[in-house]
Amino acid sequence: MTGTLAGLPMRAASALPTLAAVGVQRTAWLMLVFPLAGALVLLLGGRRTNRFGHVVGVAMPFASFVVAVITFVAMLGYPASQRARDVHMFTWISVGGFHVDAGLLVDQLSISFALLITGVGSLIHLFAVGYMSHDPDRRRFFGYMNLFVAAMLLLVLADNYLLMYAGWEGVGLASYLLIGFWQYKPSAAAAAKKAFVVNRVGVAGFSVAIMLMFATFGTVTYTGVFGQASSAGRGTATALGLLLLLGACAKSAQVPLQSWLLDAMEGPTPVSALIHAATMVTAGVYLIVRSAPIFNLSMTARLAVTVVGAVTLLFGAIIGCAKDDIKKALAGSTMSQIGYMVLAAGLGPAGYVFAIAHLIVHGFFKAGLFLGAGAVKHEMNDEVDMRRFGGLRVVMPITAATFTIGWLAIIGVWPFSGFFTKDPIIAAAFAKGGISGALLGSAAMIGAGITAFYMTRVLLMTFTGHRRWEPDAHPHEVPPVMTSPMIVLAIGAAGAGAFLMLGNRFVDFLSPVTGAPPASRGLITPVSGATLALVVLGAVIAWAMYGRREIPVTAPAARFPVVAARKDLYGDAVNEAVFMRPGQWLTRLSVYFDNRGVDGLVNTLAATVGGSSGRLRRVQTGFVRSYALSMLVGAVLLVGVLLLVRI
Amino acid sequence: MLTLYVPILMLAALAALFAGFSLVMGALAGPKRWNRAKLQAYESGIEPTPQPSGGGRFPVKYYLTAMLFILFDIEIIFLYPWAVTFRSLGVFGLVEMVLFIVTVLVAYAYVWRRGGLEWD
Amino acid sequence: MTSLSGALAAATITPPHIEYGQLSPLLVVFGAAVAGVLVEAFVPRERRRAFHLVIALGGLVAAFALIISVAATPSLFAHGSPGHVVAMGAVGVDGPTLFIQGTIVVLAFVSVLLIAESSHGVSPFAAQAAAVPGSAEEREGLLRGISHTEVYPLTLFAVGGMMLFPAANDLLTMFVALEVLSLPLYLLCGLARRRRLISQEAAMKYFLLGAFSSAFFLFGVAMLYGYSGSVSLSAIAAAAATNVSSATLLYAGIALVGIGLLFKIGAVPFQSWKPDVYQGAPTAVTALMASCTVVSAFGGLLRVFYVAFGQLTWDWRPAMWGVAILTMLAGAIIAITQTDVKRMLAYSSIAHGGFVLTAVVAATAAGLSASLFYLAVYGLTTIGAFAVVTLVRDPAGEANHLSKWAGLGKRSPWLAGVFAFFLLAFAGIPLTSGFAGKFAVFQAAAAGGALPLVIIGVLASAVAAFFYVRVIVLMFFSDPAPDGPTVVTPGLFTGAAVAVGAAATLVFGIAPEPLLALASHAAAHLFVR
Repeated sequence: MTGTLAGLPMRAASALPTLAAVGVQRTAWLMLVFPLAGALVLLLGGRRTNRFGHVVGVAMPFASFVVAVITFVAMLGYPASQRARDVHMFTWISVGGFHVDAGLLVDQLSISFALLITGVGSLIHLFAVGYMSHDPDRRRFFGYMNLFVAAMLLLVLADNYLLMYAGWEGVGLASYLLIGFWQYKPSAAAAAKKAFVVNRVGVAGFSVAIMLMFATFGTVTYTGVFGQASSAGRGTATALGLLLLLGACAKSAQVPLQSWLLDAMEGPTPVSALIHAATMVTAGVYLIVRSAPIFNLSMTARLAVTVVGAVTLLFGAIIGCAKDDIKKALAGSTMSQIGYMVLAAGLGPAGYVFAIAHLIVHGFFKAGLFLGAGAVKHEMNDEVDMRRFGGLRVVMPITAATFTIGWLAIIGVWPFSGFFTKDPIIAAAFAKGGISGALLGSAAMIGAGITAFYMTRVLLMTFTGHRRWEPDAHPHEVPPVMTSPMIVLAIGAAGAGAFLMLGNRFVDFLSPVTGAPPASRGLITPVSGATLALVVLGAVIAWAMYGRREIPVTAPAARFPVVAARKDLYGDAVNEAVFMRPGQWLTRLSVYFDNRGVDGLVNTLAATVGGSSGRLRRVQTGFVRSYALSMLVGAVLLVGVLLLVRI
Repeated sequence: MLTLYVPILMLAALAALFAGFSLVMGALAGPKRWNRAKLQAYESGIEPTPQPSGGGRFPVKYYLTAMLFILFDIEIIFLYPWAVTFRSLGVFGLVEMVLFIVTVLVAYAYVWRRGGLEWD
Repeated sequence: MTSLSGALAAATITPPHIEYGQLSPLLVVFGAAVAGVLVEAFVPRERRRAFHLVIALGGLVAAFALIISVAATPSLFAHGSPGHVVAMGAVGVDGPTLFIQGTIVVLAFVSVLLIAESSHGVSPFAAQAAAVPGSAEEREGLLRGISHTEVYPLTLFAVGGMMLFPAANDLLTMFVALEVLSLPLYLLCGLARRRRLISQEAAMKYFLLGAFSSAFFLFGVAMLYGYSGSVSLSAIAAAAATNVSSATLLYAGIALVGIGLLFKIGAVPFQSWKPDVYQGAPTAVTALMASCTVVSAFGGLLRVFYVAFGQLTWDWRPAMWGVAILTMLAGAIIAITQTDVKRMLAYSSIAHGGFVLTAVVAATAAGLSASLFYLAVYGLTTIGAFAVVTLVRDPAGEANHLSKWAGLGKRSPWLAGVFAFFLLAFAGIPLTSGFAGKFAVFQAAAAGGALPLVIIGVLASAVAAFFYVRVIVLMFFSDPAPDGPTVVTPGLFTGAAVAVGAAATLVFGIAPEPLLALASHAAAHLFVR
């Protein structure tokens, strides 16, 4: 089973050529340098750069985009088998027999990401010029955003796991700084900390995986690891896969490490659009697809990936249904959509391409939706409760139109983007066969229906119906600097799916890296027909509940399922019970032992010996003697261990 | 090899015996007439420093005197073996001993200049 | 009886040969310390500080230059030799030793800058350490604005001891070096100008426990002498290889000597002194202890366990595993609940000691070079962090309670930013030197077959990241305390210390390669035997 599945992609992956980059591609590192320079100038330049900070902030990602396009065009000039090129920068770490070069791998997969990050990133930076125009700290904001772009590009362009890890931590840091950007809000500070701490769990998994790779293969470069992957044995591959999955779960907000993403909406909306929707949260998907040769070796790891994806896609969708906060509803939707990508990635070569395709079009439509939400929030005095919106279609026509296109794209109506990328995932899940295939496919299909429900709900509550505004709200259409990115993203949301998927364009482009999926079986299949029916059903139910009826300004009391969904399906409660409580308990215990345990031991001992504890207390002038005692106990143990080893 | 240590062990045993004998005989045979001076701490024959009960601070000058004594005591101890091997060590020995004495002298100069030799 | 008569026959003694050139870095530092004592004796009080500064900083610079010139001597490493044994077998001069000595001298230079800082009106050291806290004599000394300038020679003596400690090629020289480095430190700990009682308590605790551990060390030396008939490291290794006598003596000796060394590192279960001493000592002295002493102690540990017990790796490794695991976990976990920034950094230092121990366990050249690199970059970051601690003050002196640090990022974003950067380096975030170091040691440990240890290390550093981030959150995302401390403008010296720490953390994070290459070059032939 594994053999047949793994045969093709393994050949493809181990055949990854490590041709050195030539010509214009040798300057690919400029992609990283521009935003990094921007971040340095803006963060170190201080108030002096306040005046032109936003211009620098927008120009840098755009310059990177230009470099990315040039690199991409140069790549198209090569035959498909020679498109992966290595750009050596410098020797990063060399310890003993271990050697890591800081190098970039420019191949079909990484350039797709680079184009998405710099392209969508530039648009969102542009939007932020208008969105953040009243914020006194706009310069710092752009500094962090540029830092993020640089780190994210490092993550996807790295040619080894260690450098990728550096980018991985970098995006985490930028995300942390940006979630807590409005630090005067305690909720923002708490959310930032939560995001960081949850990500530590994932990072622990990732770094153990890197160590395991090193211990097994003696290298951490992609070529080195993938070349020897098949020799490692299935146990190692499974362990590696599961550890990488742990890292991916934290970064991509997948169950059980999903809880931080909803709180992360405390950050400014452009951050939510760029980092927590379009790019950073998809890094987990990138990690899995990039590590395809490892996952191809382990059925168990792939099964775990699909289960995580399927559970999360339902989990996020259910949360999305109950949220009245427009950004949190969209965040639930992001979790859910990434769930689709992870599910597809778990299907192996049959799904990798679709995962990436969905990732890219999701970048367009989700960024557009978030920018729309941001525009609304901007005009409604930072209100995010959809129960206080309504009827905005009239005053904000462009925003409403772009949002509607995003809505059509995400629920997957033909011919909008989502249709072309989501349906193949559902079809591939069913095609996996067996009970697991049926279960996964059904979950994905039901998820599509729920998606239609909650997205229609968001659309209707925000843009149609009566005006339920706060008395002091006077919304107008946002300025062109904000509408133009939304329009461009809406065009992408409308057409990118068809452009990529019709005629197998993207499949043929990417398959040298990821392996090709089986040939598709036409545009309209029974699966896609059923999906479409569910989507229509979901939208109609939403219309019946929210389009026809009056929406109360305060959320009505609800019964169990809705309450659970409003509370993020108790994600925090679970975290608290499983991680926080035992952690606190352990900490308290060790501190107790450190401070008092040894003393207690002495006192007990003394009392037992015969009421001499009183005398002991009198000579007790400090804690030195208990320190000395702890040393003595340690010494006895150490001598004992060393002598026992002998026996 | 261990037989080499037998004389030392015997010496230690003799010393212990003598100490024990002295204490026991003193306790048994000596007259016991307590007065105030006998209950005080012995401080080289001078009037003892008053102390709070249960142990308190000693004037640091006693420690200082003791440390200075050890300093010069050790200097003498190192000078003896050098005197014995003076010829065979030659110039090397001379240089090293001068360095050693200079180092001790530096410490002496510090104590002297900072008033360590003044009792009050 | 022949041996006794032999010892008495004076004519047979030949003068020993001393390689003054290769010992010159040590001699310069000790000479500078002696000169410092003379300054104390003969220079008027108001001009002493200037003299001391010239002597101490000049001596350290000269020592560094001499270390480089010794390291550059072609004959020292000719024909693939690891180095020389000099002074009749008492001192080893080889790659790792020179690297460690160079590191110590650089770190000591920065520490002396911190010690010398007096631009906030007064020096951080007591006027009259012998005066009873709160007494009239103490007040008088404070009013006259004087302070103990003995700190400079004391520091130099300690630094000299630290340089000799990892170079000592026999256990007796090592013991002498241990005492030479420890005794001045005990004194320095008790010299804080503010909070005299807690400072004296720290000195007392350090002294008592240090003496206790020295006793263990000496006891271990005696056992090893009993086993091998020599205190020389190579002779012990040779005896262990031929298995001449009772193994119980050998293993008890390894354990006891190890205890003495692990105490100085602050490895669990011999860590109990560290938080109290780090908290009570003047912060500049804490910086010296947390950087130089740790480097020196690891140098000694590495030499003893690689040279003397090098063939017994399989015997001591399980115990060292246990110590490393306990050290990493206890340090990281207990640090979480600390409320004093110096205590927190003390526990952090314990945890970092555990991380280095994972590389020691590897017992390979890679492990050695990774440890060397880690120690160098960690030391620089640590001094920088403690330098920042000296700048956050309230009327009672340094404001060390973490609650006072709340909202610091709003009042002094630069200082808080630099401190956050140091904390991120401690947490091992990439593009800081902490990451490169942590990666190097874990990599060496994994290659040495200690993968479980590495996994525990990664988990411990995830836990440790939590309390570092907690401080960052406190500084940047909390409201400032109403009676919060003021941040004094750093004087030239403290500013330089912070800048050196931050620059090193950044540069060795982005381009660790040159230093790594130097460390791995230094460690290539291991220690000289």
